[in-house]
Parts: sequence; C-alpha cells; structure tokens
Amino acid sequence: MDPQALTIDATRAAVQERRTKATALAEDFYQRIEKQDPLIGAYLTLSKDRALAKAAEIDALAVKGERLPPLGGVPVAIKDVMATCGVRTTAGSKILGNYIPPYDCTAVARMEAAGAVVLGKLNCDEFAMGSSNENSAWRPVRNPRDMSRVPGGSSGGSAAAVSANLAVTTLGSDTGGSIRQPASFCGVVGLMPTYGRVSRYGLIAFASSLDRIGPLAKTVKDAALVLRTIAGRDPMDSTSANVPVPDYVAELEKPVRGLKLGVPQEYFGEGLDDEVRKAVEAAIQKLSKLGCEIVPISLPHTEYAIPAYYIVATAEASSNLARFDGVRYGFRASDAGNLSEMYRRSRDQGFGAEVKRRIMLGTYALSAGYYDAYYLKAQKVRTLLAQDFAAAFNNVDVIVTPTSPTAAFKLGEKVDDPLAMYLADIFTVTANLTGICGISVPCGETKGKLPIGLQILGKHFGEAMILRVGNAVEQN
Amino acid sequence: MKISEKDVVYVADLAHLELTEEERARFLRDLNSILEYVDRLNELDTSQVQPMSQMTDPGKTTTLREDILEGLRKQLPHDVALVNAPDSDGTFFRVPKVIER
Repeated sequence: MDPQALTIDATRAAVQERRTKATALAEDFYQRIEKQDPLIGAYLTLSKDRALAKAAEIDALAVKGERLPPLGGVPVAIKDVMATCGVRTTAGSKILGNYIPPYDCTAVARMEAAGAVVLGKLNCDEFAMGSSNENSAWRPVRNPRDMSRVPGGSSGGSAAAVSANLAVTTLGSDTGGSIRQPASFCGVVGLMPTYGRVSRYGLIAFASSLDRIGPLAKTVKDAALVLRTIAGRDPMDSTSANVPVPDYVAELEKPVRGLKLGVPQEYFGEGLDDEVRKAVEAAIQKLSKLGCEIVPISLPHTEYAIPAYYIVATAEASSNLARFDGVRYGFRASDAGNLSEMYRRSRDQGFGAEVKRRIMLGTYALSAGYYDAYYLKAQKVRTLLAQDFAAAFNNVDVIVTPTSPTAAFKLGEKVDDPLAMYLADIFTVTANLTGICGISVPCGETKGKLPIGLQILGKHFGEAMILRVGNAVEQN
Repeated sequence: MKISEKDVVYVADLAHLELTEEERARFLRDLNSILEYVDRLNELDTSQVQPMSQMTDPGKTTTLREDILEGLRKQLPHDVALVNAPDSDGTFFRVPKVIER
C-alpha cells in the first residue's frame, strides 16, 4: 500500500474491509522506521508490544465484522512530552532519560480508545523549548523535505514523522508555535486548539497558561478527526473546558463563501521572506475567488508579543521545572554530599543549555524586585494583545497570516543566537498568549522546494471555522 | 548591562542550579541581550491595563465540580509510585543527608 495515500479514513477502511491487517500495517511502519529513521531522527522510543497488542485487538474486531472505531488500526505516534504508561517518556531531556510513566496522558488514552495504534514516542526540543529541534538532548531531527535543514520545533519529530510517512498522524504540543511552525517547515497540517479545548493531563508542563496539545496530519480532515477524538472536558484537568465538541468533520464541508478573512498588516512587514509572502498572498487570493471577503486589519501590539512571550513562558517554565529535583523520579547526580548539592548537581547535569537559560531568565523575572517590571508587565501586554484580537474578531471570521517568516532554515544556522531563534516564532506566539486557536496548512513551496505554511487563526473555540477555511485552501 | 555576574550567581542559587564558569559567562551575555530586547515592553503605557489572569471566558468554561472522587484517576499504589525513584528503601524516597552534625 502506498503510504502517502494512507489518510486516517483510507487506513481505517483498508483494515475494516480486511484488505490489510492492522498488525501487518504496524509492522510495515516499523520496517519503514527502521530503514529511514536513522537518517531523520523522528523517533526516540518504539512501543512495539503496545502497538501490536492494540492492532491485534482491531484485527479481531474486523474479523468479527464489527464496525471499527474512528481511528481503528491507524498507526500514530506521540511527541515525547506526553506520558505513556509503561513506555519511556523523556521530554527530549536527559533528566527524564529513564522515566517510565505509571499513567497515560488523557489525549493519548483517547487516541487509543478510538482505535489508534501508538507506534512510539517522537523526538522534540528538550521540554518543548526550541524552534528547530536542535535542543533535543538525544539528537536533532532532520527535515525529510531537505535533510540539511531543520524540521522546525519543538514538535519537530511529530512533523517529520508525518512528512516522511513514518506515522499516519501524530500528536504535538504548542506553547509558542511548536505545532504550527514545524508543520509549516515539513509541509504538513498542524492544528493548535483553543486553550481548554484539549485536556493536558499527562502533558509534561512547560508554560501552563500557554501549553496546548494538538494534531499534526497529512490533511485538514485528518486533523479534524483527531481533534474530535481528543477534545472535550476531562475531570483530571481543571483547565479543560466544559464546552461541547462539535462534529469538526461534518463542519469541514460547509462552504467558505461569504466568510470574512482578516489580513493583519503587521504580519506582512519587514523580515518576511519574499517567496513566503507570495505564496501566502496567492492562497488569500484563492480564498477570495471562492467567495471570501478579504478585510485588511491591524493588530497593533504584535511587535510586543515576542518579548511578552519570553517573560511569561520562561517564568512559568522556571516554576514548572522546579519539580525536577532528583528525588521522586528522573536523573540524580551521584556525587553530591548533601541534599542541596544533590538538587543543584542533578539539575545542572540533567538539563541542557537552553532549558537552563530559560530557567535563569524566568527565575530572574519572578525574583523579588523584578516581578512587576517583567512578569506583571508582560501579563498586561497580553491583555492588550487579547484586546487586539477581540476587536479584530468583531469584524472578521478568521485571520490569515504566514505561519513563519521563512521556510525551513539550515541546521546550525541559529544555534548560537537565542534571540534569532526566538524570532522564528514571531507569527505564532500571539495565539498562545491570547488563548485562541490556529492551524497551519501547506500553501506552496519555495523555488528550492521547501514547504510554506498558511496560518489561519480563529476565535476561542472556533476550530470548526479554521478547519473549514484550511480545507478550502487544501482542496483548491 | 542590566544584570551583573553577581546577579547570575544569585539567580542560579534561587533556581537550584550550580552552573560552570563558562555557563555563567554565557548566560550573563545571553540574559542581558534578551532583557534588553524585552525592554521594549516599556514603550507601552499599561498603567490602566489589567494583567491577564484568565485564559478563556470563565462564564463559558466553568469547571467547578462536586468534591467527590468520581471520574478521577485512582491513586497510585505505593510500590508503583516508587518505581521511578533514583533511591528508595521500599517505603520512602531516600535522599542524601539534610543536616550535618
């Protein structure tokens, strides 16, 4: 079977109609991983026993002629920041190098309950901190579309695995662009749901007011199918919202005619690569031809998003990562004489450079005398950004922008300049800071054949609308 | 320079990090350059702005529940909770000496 043709529906139908077995399909994927992944580096851990047991369960249903669940037999993989019971979960960090979670992340459990076959865990920047996947403590991931380039980050393994057909669909997490930017770099679809849409129980926390879990997929419809599976209230996560989950797949087919598309001038200024601009403008033109009304808008506080983001994200990270102390789980330095030394040395040896840099910045921003100047200031700027979006969404249905100012950059290009790396997220952090949803959909290529992504931003719980517009871009 | 070498040592101590000489020099440089960039937030007058404290409309997303265990995960059995411990005596987590005497 041609792996590129394997969407969720096509895979499930093949297993349902017994043209293939879920177990055979999983073995196929493992063979492809064995052959291709040494070069790409998308996978950190394979969960063969678990995958084959689930696949056998699905095969048994198919043999009995029972109707398979929506993801029945579909090979998927999970970013290594989500806990998987009995399967090593490292968050891309040495400090969790031997960590075997005793429970499942809700999103993973819901995928499996819907019949998905979890092949393994995917590489990412350490604790999801990075925009290139070069901060993984284990190895960088390469972009399957051009092996000399980064896949984006931090869900680089999740994007690369879909792009290289090493999984049908994957889960990633997005704190400042970590699903959408790698999706754009690898030429796949990446959806970041609204804050509260998907439970984060079992997600290793980076920045709790920003973190989301969402799908990376080959098609917008697949992303809709996965979202429908993982969305909805979870009693184990008090930040998961009591908002009904619509049938995102049925909503896809609705026409886009008459929708108002906001185009914010601030996302098309200096620093935007020419080829990216052309591809995004062409996609907007296409939507206009389909009957969408194009409305120029302004989001005036956009330039303050990155500085606000790096205060909020690092402050929250410094608190969240305080739990890694070498006592209850994770790495412990062996050479410490007393408790305090044990904490410091375990953290020193267990965390990588970027993680320490962010813990330092966040601790400084929260320390006595600086809280008002940095954290409180940044939280106020967030309110201004939220007001920008609220005003815009009074007049438009969705907002369209480039996902990233450039296509995928070269490995090593930005590793020595943290600020340059942070600026790779310039068009994506605003949605994290304001709680809204966003999707990146492929909208063309550079002359060098590098994928370009169109970002569609929607209102709180407006996933159905951005999926619909994304589907229109994909289908035309 | 917004922060000095002394600040770096102080903040590292707050964060329970030790840091090598090299890392201290590197972070001194990086943090100053990032903080300088962050300073542009001061171009904005936020004296009349409320800090964001709620990510979604609380009216729409209220998540209060009865104080009962229904729908929640069962607590981890004692032995399972200790499985990932770097050191344990089977009942407790074991750590190096806390008090010198």
